[in-house]
Amino acid sequence: MSETLREIKELTDASYEYGFSTDLDTDIAPPGLTEDTVRLISGKKDEPEWLLDWRLKAFAAWKSMDEPDWAKLEIHPIDYQSLSYWAAPTQKPVLDSMDDVDPEIRDMFDKLGIPLHEQKMLSNVAVDAIVDSVSVTTTFKMTLAAAGVIFCSFSEAVQDHPDLVREHLGSVVPVRDNFFAALNSAVFSDGSFCYIPAGVRCPMELSTYFRINSQNTGQFERTLIIAEDDSHVSYLEGCTAPQRDENQLHAAVVELVAKDRSEIKYSTVQNWYPGDENGVGGIYNFVTKRGRAHTDAKISWTQVETGSAITWKYPSVILQGDRSVGEFYSVALSSKRQQADTGTKMIHVGADTTSSIISKGISAGHGQNTYRGLVKVLRSAQNARNYTQCDSLLLGSECGAHTIPYIEVKNPSAQVEHEASTSTVGEDQLFYCRQRGMTEEDAMSMIVNGFCREVFDELPMEFAVEAQRLLSVSLEGSVG
Amino acid sequence: MLHVENLTASIGGTPILNGLDLDVGSGGVHAIMGPNGSGKSTFAHALAGRDGYEIDGRATLDGVDLLDMEPEARAAAGVFVGFQYPVEIPGVNNMYFLRTALNSVRRARGETEIGARDFLAVAQEAMDLVEMKEDFLHRAVNAGFSGGEKKRNEILQMAVMEPRLAVLDETDSGLDIDALRIVASGVNALRRPERSMIVITHYQRLLDYIKPDFVHVLVDGRIVESGDHTLALHLDDHGYADFVNHDLDDAPERPLSGAAR
Repeated sequence: MSETLREIKELTDASYEYGFSTDLDTDIAPPGLTEDTVRLISGKKDEPEWLLDWRLKAFAAWKSMDEPDWAKLEIHPIDYQSLSYWAAPTQKPVLDSMDDVDPEIRDMFDKLGIPLHEQKMLSNVAVDAIVDSVSVTTTFKMTLAAAGVIFCSFSEAVQDHPDLVREHLGSVVPVRDNFFAALNSAVFSDGSFCYIPAGVRCPMELSTYFRINSQNTGQFERTLIIAEDDSHVSYLEGCTAPQRDENQLHAAVVELVAKDRSEIKYSTVQNWYPGDENGVGGIYNFVTKRGRAHTDAKISWTQVETGSAITWKYPSVILQGDRSVGEFYSVALSSKRQQADTGTKMIHVGADTTSSIISKGISAGHGQNTYRGLVKVLRSAQNARNYTQCDSLLLGSECGAHTIPYIEVKNPSAQVEHEASTSTVGEDQLFYCRQRGMTEEDAMSMIVNGFCREVFDELPMEFAVEAQRLLSVSLEGSVG
Repeated sequence: MLHVENLTASIGGTPILNGLDLDVGSGGVHAIMGPNGSGKSTFAHALAGRDGYEIDGRATLDGVDLLDMEPEARAAAGVFVGFQYPVEIPGVNNMYFLRTALNSVRRARGETEIGARDFLAVAQEAMDLVEMKEDFLHRAVNAGFSGGEKKRNEILQMAVMEPRLAVLDETDSGLDIDALRIVASGVNALRRPERSMIVITHYQRLLDYIKPDFVHVLVDGRIVESGDHTLALHLDDHGYADFVNHDLDDAPERPLSGAAR
């Protein structure tokens, strides 16, 4: 038995292949957080007065709030005054074409497998690339504009589409929502903005790629997606960071607005640096993601969370309109000393609303994985339905899996189902595969990928392949 | 071909195989019969290299020592075990599993991997053999399969893997008469001059369909009698009593008892 455990440990102590850092000329603010910091950020971005006021209100709210401590997480105290809240690669202020992107930034993204040259891009995907605090480039802007789709950095949207931003910013996640959302609202630096006009099916996948490069910086990005009536969009975000010994804070806010009969599919492949096997370093990933689904609209969250030292994240759907649909598909892997407390909230407000939750937690090494999910059916939500399935897979005996479902039902017509299972990768399964000629690593990877199948099936094709590879890499000992 | 000499196996100090000797020639089909707890499945596991047993003695395939090899290396050397209880692997497509298995042994042998299209032809032929429909390939490995489907899947895998030595562990258990016929005819169709088979079974019934060249009786971890297929008929009429000098129900717990007649 101990032999097998040792082998599992080797398999899960994979090295982190995105751990390199790039030497970029960076404009970085001194550490510390005061009202002046908020003004500095707003000033750097040449923001209108209303946005500065909004930030200051959020900052005041944040100061009066305490860090949440209800999650099953052990968090080293975060010194918010020692972080820098602004870091931007210095480059030419205006980019006329992709060729104007700093070659070192281009190289960095090439190394990450995200080519920024449109002609080099294989798949039909538009990319917004964000390094530290700012968006460095967005591809395929013209193609998208022809369809009426706006896809740009958040800062650009503030300048070019202020009315849209002002109307929707904070409409789904209010500034006082929680400690980290308030912090983000005060100091957010950049992020992506998408607007899909009524009746438009976005002609390509939209994708934002986040990269933390600088040391001792927090990354606070803000994403806002607005899908007008009868529109459709599929959006993907990917994240990596260099390998550093100190913990870095990533506190993002994502707001989705799905108007009548629209559909937003939001997929995340999160692979922030997880820290080493002793728990040194790694990203603190404290993220608030929420969508509001209007009448007959559908919001679908799919996440593959393999990175970060700590993940605190509950992508949620407010099922506001009648017959709206919310979905949450999640794979969360915690190995080494990683901790994940993740799940979703499905708030049923409208009648005949349906939500489904498929959560797959994988724990290895000393990883701790908690599913925490709320299904709330308000009095108004006649005939609401929810189906929840939480499966946990344990690799080894030092890790943990926890399932904490909260169910609050105020309407007796609701149908709420919850299924949960916990299993281990059996010696029987491994031996069966090995008897058929597979190495133990291949067998483990195949079994774990099979466990995640239902979630991977929800990802856009090219990202499903990526997710599968990522999971294998995270479980293997040989990639560096 | 397969040469087993004085093979012993125990778990946590409890002996299960107590000096098993067996020679299986090329193309030979040998049946191993024996009461519950006599060590039949342990023998299959010992040949395949399952963890958890203390093993001693010799087992060679074509002169190559199996006992020092990892399970996957034994598979590459041509050892295939059809399991009594095939495990389920949820979410893993049966066809993907089969192709990964085949390509794993091909890689280990230094052969080229087989592409998706060529593989489909191989799989199709194997499917016909066990009378399986196409959708069988697209289901998850053994997940939700009936007992009969699981056993047919084992034979399907054997057909694809083309082993040098196939050990079929109670392939007949849990089968109705139709499934038994399908499994047995599949096995018969896979008999080759260069392939040896060991068929482990409780009942003579299977041997009506698969005619063995030799029948061996395994009791208390060693072979106590060998003969031709008439030995199986004798066992069917008289049970194992002739070969056991103690109460059968005690068999697993009893120490070595010198069980040969």
